[in-house]
Amino acid sequence: MSQAIEIERHRPYLLKFAMLQLRDASAAEDAVQETLLAAIQGVQGFAGQSALRTWLVGILKHKIIDHLRRQSREAPLQSSDDEFSLEDLDALFQSDGHYSGSPQVWISPDAVLTQKKFFEALEVCLGALPDKSAKAFMMREVMGMETTEICKALGITSTNCWVLLYRARMALRACLEAGWFDAAKVS
Amino acid sequence: MLTCKEASRLQSQALDRNLRLGERLTLRVHMGLCDACTKVSRQMDFLRRALRAYPGPDDDGKG
Repeated sequence: MSQAIEIERHRPYLLKFAMLQLRDASAAEDAVQETLLAAIQGVQGFAGQSALRTWLVGILKHKIIDHLRRQSREAPLQSSDDEFSLEDLDALFQSDGHYSGSPQVWISPDAVLTQKKFFEALEVCLGALPDKSAKAFMMREVMGMETTEICKALGITSTNCWVLLYRARMALRACLEAGWFDAAKVS
Repeated sequence: MLTCKEASRLQSQALDRNLRLGERLTLRVHMGLCDACTKVSRQMDFLRRALRAYPGPDDDGKG
């Protein structure tokens, strides 16, 4: 059963991945548990053409989507919810619609994609996003789902979906600028 | 003429849906004149690449 041990070794990594998207420790545990079970049962189907971790993440993504659907069924989002208003972003702009602090040039940003520390900073910024904005954003960008699928899974309109994604991008760019790109210039 | 605030919203939506022709044109005109929005647009594109690469370099399985 060395394959089961090999699969089990990826649990901490999968848990971190699930936690960022589900933002609920017990749901994340469940999704990972289901993934590992499915993987152990279906390991014959793993042809080894991709890395084991990539294959596991593929299974986990489906489990995460199931959990997100369940969460939104159990606690449907209200259209009156604060996260659908963009008032929290007003501070980023002056009253005439210009940026209050002028955006910086991020020098060769893609070089950071090989740095573990950058992804740690990114996780801190993702963790600071409001719950629904973070979920919608992770579904869109990490899972690569189309907005129509995200709307369906979260039970919201496309307009509200775009609002969540917009907030996530604006908040993340501000957070990374302050927490990473500006800080990197100083050091 | 769009404000930067309105432009940023369209820039984000451009990553999620096909903008209408009119939207694309007003956005292009604004970006042609606005340095701040050009930077933000590049940053939004970068965010997409960063999240595609998430969770980043592997601990053990190098390569």
